[in-house]
Amino acid sequence: MKKIANVLTAAFLVVTPFAAQATPDQDLREFREHYFKKFPDTPKNDFINGVYSIDPASREQWEAFEEFPSYEIFVDKGEDLFNKKFANGKGFADCFPNYKKGIRQNYPYFDTKSGKVVTLEGAINKCLTDNGEKAYKWKTGNITYVSAYLAYLSRGNKLNIKVPNDANAMAAYNRGKKHFYAKRGQLNISCADCHYHYAGSKIRADILSPALGHPTGFPVYRNKWAGASAKGDGMGTMHRRYGGCNKQVRAKPFKAQSDEYKALEYFHTYMSNGMEVNGPSQRK
Amino acid sequence: MNHNRRTLLKGSLAAGAVGAAVSAGLLTPKAVMAAWSKDAFEAKEVDAALSGAMGSADASASDKIKLKAPDIAENGAVVPITVTSMIDGTTNMSILVAKNNTPLTSTYELGPNTKAYISTRVKMGKTSDVIAVVKAGGKLYSTKKEVKVTIGGCGG
Amino acid sequence: MAKSIKLRAKAKDGVATVKTLISHPMETGLRKDKKSGKPIPAEFIQEVVCESGGKTVLSAQWGSAISKNPFLSFKFSGAKSGDSIKVSWVDNKGNSDSIDSKIK
Repeated sequence: MKKIANVLTAAFLVVTPFAAQATPDQDLREFREHYFKKFPDTPKNDFINGVYSIDPASREQWEAFEEFPSYEIFVDKGEDLFNKKFANGKGFADCFPNYKKGIRQNYPYFDTKSGKVVTLEGAINKCLTDNGEKAYKWKTGNITYVSAYLAYLSRGNKLNIKVPNDANAMAAYNRGKKHFYAKRGQLNISCADCHYHYAGSKIRADILSPALGHPTGFPVYRNKWAGASAKGDGMGTMHRRYGGCNKQVRAKPFKAQSDEYKALEYFHTYMSNGMEVNGPSQRK
Repeated sequence: MNHNRRTLLKGSLAAGAVGAAVSAGLLTPKAVMAAWSKDAFEAKEVDAALSGAMGSADASASDKIKLKAPDIAENGAVVPITVTSMIDGTTNMSILVAKNNTPLTSTYELGPNTKAYISTRVKMGKTSDVIAVVKAGGKLYSTKKEVKVTIGGCGG
Repeated sequence: MAKSIKLRAKAKDGVATVKTLISHPMETGLRKDKKSGKPIPAEFIQEVVCESGGKTVLSAQWGSAISKNPFLSFKFSGAKSGDSIKVSWVDNKGNSDSIDSKIK
């Protein structure tokens, strides 16, 4: 596995010019500067509020929702699930001993032993399967409730994603970075096109949100998902949204918690390091 | 004709859902002020809906009613609406969405100490006037605001 | 009981501000299930009543155009911390729920 990763890293260094010299730290600095310059009136930490940090009209509606947001129903559900003991007598608290102080800000992290990116959802399901319980589905339902509860307890903590000096970690980081900047789908649009270059501009009746601050608010309660079906409760994970975005540019989506989306989440979240966790959040 | 009849529960329970709730102790009899105004909620025209909900469709425009609603709704399924009436003696308030299939979204009967202020979230099928009507001193007053409902690009 | 109602009631200078969020589908009955094509039956709250200190503060009649997981906020005077407050709802199917609490 390590050998392949090294080869991939080498390939990236050849193929993608921008990746050649930049370190994650440099990337982070440039990334932030881009948005701080593009939206000088937005207070730096306010980007955690997505499009509401740059559009006063929709912000007003969002503030009305924040008076009593729907996601609170699901934080409660998450709390109930979190506190329910497994058949073997253990519980989620055994897997997340520091949960009360907040742990969301540490995810995703790179596990150098396994050579894999570990997301919060991944850790939640690992806790279940390690204790003989059935894993939750990846994009909706119980996983979003537990994730919402953990995020809620982490509010205010600054994202603290680490990219260790490890070839596999760098490979994952660069893979995520590549996904973010690569054009894809029939519409030939990259994440960066909408959320980096054209953040703040309109796409039909929508305003494109800046990628800076995206990850802080997950899992997310989307009005769109709540209204879509009778069963849909509106809650979804980051990978659910990635899939939706890929589909919207008419690209084949990857599976939730696939290596590709985990790599993207790794890069994407690192780019918001230092921003405060504010999940779960309500969005369009 | 006033369809808003008070259901007087003097020992004999009204049949149906409301009665079941009352007998289960969940709704105390004096709290059940009126049976659900089916005619008003199923009316397809604003006038009929208003007559059903407030006894008349004759409302005069008033600038003493504050209607807070977005210019462009982020999502037509959840549009935050807040109505505040500065008219003395406001006893009832209703919110209608003119172009919904059935315009009446809700109607409120205020207790004697209750402020003329209601905030809620409504569904809108398409761009439409949102109409707030209040009853004060037996007369009706209204105000309205157009709320646009759009099809999004990526988010919606 | 009261698993569906989240209630926040605070008194300040004699005026109580009440905010409530109810977990309920508020299904109009006009939608069709995407997979089966069958209509999804109407299921929506028709009445919401709020009482405080034994008196009715608000009596609301709702139609299916009130949004899913409905929110409602209102205010009343003559209130102080510690007063009792009760919110109950009944829907078109005869389901109901209520919550007894105290104003903060």
